[in-house]
Amino acid sequence: MIGRHRHLLSLEAYSREEILQILDLAVSMKEVLSRPVKKVPSLRGKSVVNLFFETSTRTRSSFEIAAKILSADALNWTASGSSVTKGETLLDTARNLEAMRPDVLVVRHAAGGAPSFLARHVACSVVSAGDGAHEHPTQGLLDCFTIREKLGSLEGKVVAIVGDISHSRVARSDVHSMTKLGARVRLCGPPTMIPKGAEALGATVHHDLREAVRGADAVIMLRIQHERIGDPLIPNTREYSKYWGLNVRKTAEWLKPEAVILHPGPINRGVELSSDVADGPHSLILDQVQNGVAVRMAVLYLLAGGSGESARAKEGLTP
Amino acid sequence: MNAEAVERTVRRMALEILERARGAGVQDGLSFIGIRRGGVHLAERLRAEIGKATRMAAPMGTLDIALYRDDLAQRGVAPVVGPTDIPFALEGRTIVLADDVLYTGRTVRAALDEIVDFGRPRQVWLAVLVDRGGRELPIAADFVGARLAVPENEDVQVRWREAGAPEDGVVVRGRREP
Amino acid sequence: MSQSHDNEVLIIQGGRVIDPATGIDGVRTVVVRDGRVAEVAERLEAPRDARVIDARGRWVTPGFVDLHVHLREPGHEYKETVETGSRAAAAGGFTAVCAMPNTVPANDNASVTELILARAAAAGLARVYPLGCITRGRKGEELAEYGELKAAGCVAVTDDGSPVASAALMRRALEYAQAFGLPVAVHEEDLLLVGKGVMNEGPPATRLGLTGNPAQAEEVMVVRDLALAELTGGRLHFCHLSAAGSVRAVREAKRRGLPVTAEVSPHHLTLSDEDVAASDYDTDLKMNPPLRSAADVRAVQEGLADGTIDAIATDHAPHAVEDKKVEFDAAANGIIGLETAFPVVAELCRRGILSERRLVEALTAGACRCFGIPGGTLAVGAVADVAVLDPNAEWAVDPEKLCSRARNTPWKGRRLRGRATHTVLGGRLVHEWSAR
Repeated sequence: MIGRHRHLLSLEAYSREEILQILDLAVSMKEVLSRPVKKVPSLRGKSVVNLFFETSTRTRSSFEIAAKILSADALNWTASGSSVTKGETLLDTARNLEAMRPDVLVVRHAAGGAPSFLARHVACSVVSAGDGAHEHPTQGLLDCFTIREKLGSLEGKVVAIVGDISHSRVARSDVHSMTKLGARVRLCGPPTMIPKGAEALGATVHHDLREAVRGADAVIMLRIQHERIGDPLIPNTREYSKYWGLNVRKTAEWLKPEAVILHPGPINRGVELSSDVADGPHSLILDQVQNGVAVRMAVLYLLAGGSGESARAKEGLTP
Repeated sequence: MNAEAVERTVRRMALEILERARGAGVQDGLSFIGIRRGGVHLAERLRAEIGKATRMAAPMGTLDIALYRDDLAQRGVAPVVGPTDIPFALEGRTIVLADDVLYTGRTVRAALDEIVDFGRPRQVWLAVLVDRGGRELPIAADFVGARLAVPENEDVQVRWREAGAPEDGVVVRGRREP
Repeated sequence: MSQSHDNEVLIIQGGRVIDPATGIDGVRTVVVRDGRVAEVAERLEAPRDARVIDARGRWVTPGFVDLHVHLREPGHEYKETVETGSRAAAAGGFTAVCAMPNTVPANDNASVTELILARAAAAGLARVYPLGCITRGRKGEELAEYGELKAAGCVAVTDDGSPVASAALMRRALEYAQAFGLPVAVHEEDLLLVGKGVMNEGPPATRLGLTGNPAQAEEVMVVRDLALAELTGGRLHFCHLSAAGSVRAVREAKRRGLPVTAEVSPHHLTLSDEDVAASDYDTDLKMNPPLRSAADVRAVQEGLADGTIDAIATDHAPHAVEDKKVEFDAAANGIIGLETAFPVVAELCRRGILSERRLVEALTAGACRCFGIPGGTLAVGAVADVAVLDPNAEWAVDPEKLCSRARNTPWKGRRLRGRATHTVLGGRLVHEWSAR
C-alpha cells in the first residue's frame, strides 16, 4: 500500500506526502544499487508481471531489474505474438495472468485509463507504466527524484517542460507531481502541441522557448514524434529544432548556469537536443535512468512488500 | 540502568573488545557497524572509547535491516526503510556489530545477511548493551553490557542522549497493546 | 516620367487630402522631405527649389495597398513579372502589393521569398510583401515552415488558388501560425460542391448552359473556418469574399469579437453573373470565385460599407492571351485589376453606396491592418507613399497600353472615370499620368 492506495495509476490521485514517501524510500533503494551485491531479499517469493501492450524496452527492463534486485520473480508479457493477436480482450488477458497469482501487474497500454480498468477487475496491485496520453507515474516520480537529488528540493523551483505536451503522458505526470511538491511548471511548445486546458493542469503556457527557460532550474525536453500522419503538428523536425530544440549556444545564452536538463528518452539527437547538450554538463539524462530503477524498486516494495492477504482483505479502500 | 550505569557499562565493553582485539592481533582492523537505530549510538560510543585508548579513529558504518527482514509477509504494511551507509571495504576487517537490545535474534540474523552482501569480513563480533533472552534463533553476543530477564509482555527501551533523551537509561515497561 | 531624388523636397499642393488613419479630409498641402511626410498644412508657400505637384481638384491619399496580387514570378514570367506587376501597381496608385505564393515553385521556402523581394527591390516601383504557403507546395497535406517564411519576410500565409480542404490541417495551420504571429489568409471554396462549375450557379448560368458554382460553396468554408478560428484563437483573413452568406457569417463573427478580417475585389463589388450572361461568353469575366448574383453584389457592397469587410484587394491575376482565348469552360480563371481598381470602385462613391473616406480606408489603413503592414497613412513622419488621384479624369481602357504584361480585363474598350495621376514611393515619383 502507498498511503491508501493499492495501485499506482496516476500521480494526480496521489497526495504530496505519498509522493514524498516514495521519493524518500527511493534514496535507500538507490544505495542498494551501489553495493557489490545488488540484491536484497525483501520481495523474495513475490512476483511482478510486466503486461506491456505497447513496445518499450527501457521501461520494461527497468521494472524487471527493479523487481529482481528485490528478489522478486519478474515475468515479461508483450502484446505481439500472444493471445491479444488472437483477439483476446484486455480483461481476459489480465484475468488469465492473474489466475497465476502475481503480486503486482505492471501495465503499459495505448489507451488512457486501461490500467485503471484492469485495477477494478483484478485482486493484485496494478502499476501503470504509461497509458495513452494520460500518465506515466513512475517517470514523473523519477523526474522529481532526479531534480530533487541535484537541487535539494522542488519547492519554489521553476521547471520548464518542452515538446509535444498534447500527446505526452510524461508531461502530465510531471506537472501533477511537481506542482504538488511546490514547483512552478511552465509548458512550452508550438501552439499545435499545447492542449486545451493546459493551464487548468496548474502550469503556465509558453510558445517561446527562450522565455520558457529563462530562470528555469530544470528543463525537461520531450521526444517529438514527426510520424503523425494526417494530423501534422509541425512542418518538419528541422523547423521544430530551430525554434524549440536546445543546442549548445541556446543552452549557454538562455539557461541559468546551474540549470539541469532532463529527457525521458529515447532522444532524437539533433531535434530536441543536440548531441553536445545531451552529453553535456547540464544533462541528467543518465541519472534519470539509474533513478528510474530506484524509484521502481521503491514502488514495488511498497505495493508488494506487505502481506497481500491483509491488503486484499481491506475492501473499500481507494485503489 | 541509569545514565551513570550506562556509561560505565559502555566503557567496560569497550575495554573488553580492545583486549580481545589486541589478544588476537586485530586491533588495526577493528571497524564498527551499528544496527539502526539504537545500535548506531552504541557503536559510536564504543568506537569513541576505543579511539581514546588507541588514538586512532576506526571506520564506522550504519545498517538498516528493513530490506532483509524475514517477517515482511506477515506485516500489513511494508516497513519504513532507513539509510544504510557502509563507507569502507569489509575484507580483512574485524567488524564489531552493535545493537542496543538482543532479543529474538532475528534482527542480528538480518544484519548478518546484509553484511555478507557487502563483502567478506574476517570476522564479526556482536556487541549488545542489553541481552534480554527470548532467543528464537541460535544467535549469541560476544560482548554483553547487561543480562536482563524480561517477561514477554514487557519492552526494554534504551534511551540515548544522542537520540534526544534527557539522559541515558535502560527502562523496562509494559508493552502497549497494538 | 521623370523621377525625383529622395532628398528633394516635394510639395503636393492644393489637393483634397483624404487620410482616414489621421482623420484628415480636406484641402491640404503635403510636404515630402527625405522620403517622409514632413508636413500636412492648410496653407503653405512652396519654397522656390521644391518640386511641386499641382493637386487641385484631385485627391491626395496614402499610397494604396493591395492585399492580393499575383505577380507570377518565379515560374510564369510570360504572364507577368515582379517588375511589370510593380509598374502596373504604381500606375494604379498602389505603393504596396502583397504577392501571392502560387508561383512555380510555390513560395513555401525562404529562397522563393528572397527572390521575390530581390526582384521588387531591383524594380523599385512598389513595395512587395510576399505571402508564404499554408502547406508545402500548396498540396494541403503538410504545414510549410512558417518560422522560415516569417524570417525571410512573409507577412501572412495562404494557399490561395486552392482551399485547405482538411479541417484538421486548417486547424493546425491556425494554431501553428500563432507561434510566429502570421495571419492565415484563406481562399474559400468547397471543391466537391464546386465540382466543374465555371460561373455562379443561377439563372444566368442556366441560360448560358454553363455548369454552376453555388455561392454556398464559399459560405460553407467560411463558416467552417470561423469555427476553427474560434477553436484555436488564430488570426484568420478571408480572401476575395463574394457571397452574401459569407458576409453574413463574418459580420456575426466580428460582432462576437473574433479577430477575423476580410477583403473584397473591385469586380465582385460592381459586376454580377448577369454581366457574364450579357457578355457572350467573354472569358475576361471568368474568375474564381465567380461573379455572383445581384443580391450577392449588394451584400458585399453593404459589407464593405459597414466594416464587415476590411479591405479592397484586386486579386490581380494576369494570364497570357492563349490562356484566355479559348472556350469558356477551358479558360484560366482570373482578371487583372491594378490599373482599373480606382475608377471602378470610385463609381460606388458616385452612386452613393460608399463614402469616399471608406473607399480610401479600404485601400489604405484598412488593408494594412489585415496583415500588420506598415504605412497606409500620411501622418507626419510616415514614409512618403502617396497617391494623387483625379476622380473625374476619363480614360479609355486599352489593354495594349496597360503597364501589366497581361490583357485580361473585363473593362477593355470602356471609358472609366478616375485615374492616379502621380504615385510617390518613399518620396520618389514612380508614376505620372496626364490626360491626353
